[in-house]
Amino acid sequence: MATTLTVNGKTASVDAAPNTPLLWVLRDDLKLTGTKYGCGAGLCGACSVHVDGALQRSCQLTLADVVGKQVRTIDGLDGKVGAAVQKAWVALDVVQCGYCQSGQVMAAVALLTTNPKPTDADIDAAMDINVCRCATYHRIRAGIHAAAKTLEG
Amino acid sequence: MSDIRNIFALDGHPLTETADMSPSLVPPAPATAEASRRTFLKIAGGTGAGLVLGLATPLPELGGLGTSTAAAKAGAGPGLVDAFVRIAPDNTVTVIIKHLDKGQGAATGLATLVAEELDAAWTQIRTEFAPSDPTLYKNFAFGVQGVGGSTGLANSFEQYRKVGATARAMLVSAAAKSWGVAPGDVTVAGGVLSAKGKTATFGAMAELAAKEALPTNVTLKAPDKFVYIGKSFPRVDGLAKSTGKANFTIDIDLPGMLTAVIARPPKFGATVTSFDAAATRKVAGVVDVVQVPQGVAVVAKGMWPALQGRDALKVVWDDSKAEKRSTADIIAEYRALLDKPGLVARKDGDAEGELKRAVKIVTADFEFPYLAHATMEPMDCVVRFDGSSAEVWTGSQLQTVDHGAIARTFGIKPEAVKLHTVWAGGSFGRRAVADAHYIVEACAIAKARGKPDPIKVVWTREDDIKGGYYRPIYVHRIKAGIDASGRIVAWQHRIVGQSILAGTPFEGMMVKNGIDVTSVEGANNLPYAIPNLTVDLHTTKVGVPVLWWRSVGSTHTAHATEHVMDLLAKEAGKDPVGFRIAHLKDKPRHAAALKLAVDKSNWGAPLPAGVFRGVAVHESFASFVAQVAEVKLEADGSFKVLRVVSAIDCGLAVNPDVVHAQVEGGIGYGLGAALQGEITMAKGGEVEQGNFDGYQPLRISQMPKIESHIVPSAAAPTGVGEPGTPVVLPAVANALFAGTGQRTLRLPMTKQSYKAV
Repeated sequence: MATTLTVNGKTASVDAAPNTPLLWVLRDDLKLTGTKYGCGAGLCGACSVHVDGALQRSCQLTLADVVGKQVRTIDGLDGKVGAAVQKAWVALDVVQCGYCQSGQVMAAVALLTTNPKPTDADIDAAMDINVCRCATYHRIRAGIHAAAKTLEG
Repeated sequence: MSDIRNIFALDGHPLTETADMSPSLVPPAPATAEASRRTFLKIAGGTGAGLVLGLATPLPELGGLGTSTAAAKAGAGPGLVDAFVRIAPDNTVTVIIKHLDKGQGAATGLATLVAEELDAAWTQIRTEFAPSDPTLYKNFAFGVQGVGGSTGLANSFEQYRKVGATARAMLVSAAAKSWGVAPGDVTVAGGVLSAKGKTATFGAMAELAAKEALPTNVTLKAPDKFVYIGKSFPRVDGLAKSTGKANFTIDIDLPGMLTAVIARPPKFGATVTSFDAAATRKVAGVVDVVQVPQGVAVVAKGMWPALQGRDALKVVWDDSKAEKRSTADIIAEYRALLDKPGLVARKDGDAEGELKRAVKIVTADFEFPYLAHATMEPMDCVVRFDGSSAEVWTGSQLQTVDHGAIARTFGIKPEAVKLHTVWAGGSFGRRAVADAHYIVEACAIAKARGKPDPIKVVWTREDDIKGGYYRPIYVHRIKAGIDASGRIVAWQHRIVGQSILAGTPFEGMMVKNGIDVTSVEGANNLPYAIPNLTVDLHTTKVGVPVLWWRSVGSTHTAHATEHVMDLLAKEAGKDPVGFRIAHLKDKPRHAAALKLAVDKSNWGAPLPAGVFRGVAVHESFASFVAQVAEVKLEADGSFKVLRVVSAIDCGLAVNPDVVHAQVEGGIGYGLGAALQGEITMAKGGEVEQGNFDGYQPLRISQMPKIESHIVPSAAAPTGVGEPGTPVVLPAVANALFAGTGQRTLRLPMTKQSYKAV
């Protein structure tokens, strides 16, 4: 049973059950592997994507949930905010093992899109769903502040 | 860790045996320029790549024919190629990384060493993981290929610099000849060769350089000439990991590949009695259900059908041999052992006798829980087996161990195995497994199916949290006494817990006279000058697989010893810093790290109401770390760690920014466990946690501000991956002790609330 969805601006047709988590549709059917599996239970944020611009955990949405919506993944992240975050991440060497960082970047972009000048407390509140076992949190905070500064122009 | 080569030779690993039988052909540790030179064997190329450099090796796969994996990949065109570096006509310099990079920065670190001596431009550096080959790529600290114990950079420091220096000498020689100048006239900087108005890139000179004779000796730079080492510059993997483009094992996609998950026993040691897969086979996308020694594998076209198939599976387990004790029962049994003498790991003087003469005595019993590593990328492995040869992709941390295990599982020769090391989403010790269990099970599935489809086995988070290989439970008792002047006169330290190394190939080397060194490290090398000191150990048997967890023995010994130091300082009426310094007179590196952290923390300056400081210092993996924690106590008994000031002496800091990153991350990793990390088993033996709700990782809102400092040093580099981890727990506990007078004896800290006095 083919279902049509829109990911990173492109329409794709997948042959997966409607109750398949978006995470596995992205990874296994569309081969968009930038989005990571971390817990499958909405507890870690490694699978964070944007749906119609809002931050979502793709393991908690089904294929049926996103029909007719715009899904954006790290693989197709574009725009000023995304570029600013990724530039800051590289400049500050935020990553260590890097496995959670797709989700961290997607969450940081969502935060800066709604709150262009977040405080440490804003960052802690917004990013608390995103686990990093390497504990790169110290630099994630710094990276978000640096990206905010870039975006200020 | 010392040389464990003999163990693996005994283990029947033909790769190692071959190497051992031909010592003259094995590249020795390049301790001298002469030794280094011999590792480069000039060979006539069969690849059309001009001249290929390879390392001397007895293995047909890699020796003398220019067909090594590294050489074969030089297909881009002629260039300077050897097993550790390739300089291509497109001007890229690819450094072959012999160790797994699981976030600790091995790829960046080893590439730095080559770039330094080559005088390359950092932007032209690329990295690639080495194939599995202990002859070429062994860790000089182990004797086999693998990384752990924070040895990655230390064992490679001279080796990789010599690789860069050798390639540089050949480029210089080629440039000198083609320009008709003396080699001494050629300068190299930023990847460009220059002499008398002529310039050439490395890429332009690579093919000619490959025709040059190998230099008979190379001189390494003096430290004052370093342009990269000691400076901070970008990681090689920063961009790929910030854009989702880095490929981990879970991202590997091969034509026709299937995904497998395993229904695993709910109790440690249980086995499959029978299973009913009728409902599983009806799930769309499920291809196969096979029993393997580890459980029942559901093989499907993708993760979702595999998971649904596993949910539908009915398995009857035989738990007659399973571990059925609860963790509470285990801890109670351990506590009972605290009153009985154990095997002596260290004995100086007469601690028992002298304690009787002490003016004041402190006794403290500690409990440390099981801890899961909970790597962000759960265990996973891709395997393809065609009946006679196997190819495996995984974040292999001990390649030689994994390689041998793959060959044994399939019953094929190691030469028929290709093991690809892939970026790993964290390890913290979890991927360095002596039984290679998560690789063996993937091979077992492929073997049981008997079909050539590549298979990717993925652990779910629940498989990971419930799957064992934990930091063991330990119970400690320290009894220590001071004299009238406030000096520690006697110290008795008893430790109870499972051995990490018993039953592994490491046992012979690292369990001595019944003492597993990893059970007592950090306790039996207590740095303080104490005339009467005893450390003894009870090694227990529990049917839960255990493993090293970032900083290993120090995860518990650092806290027990450093917390007791504060308890004693209080009894002596001394400041915790001064009390330590007074007992560190023969330990200048501990003292220097302590002084740096204390100075930077502004120790002694007034703090806001409700905020308290604590300090700790500890040596692990030949590095010395001191940390000062500032903790805010809340009226409700909760607390928050606001700030940690850290100082590390890790010898020469090759990339200070990577050192800082490892310290920052180590503090976060240690703090998460200290605050809330605990795996428990209910009566019957089932693990009670399953995901990040039950086993709670540190989150960003709990991360203190961190100020990391490095003690300046020209000594050889030592570990940085682990030593930052174990110090934060005692530092925080000591701050809480300062604020409340309450001891932190049972971990994690969620076991008690702290009320300011």
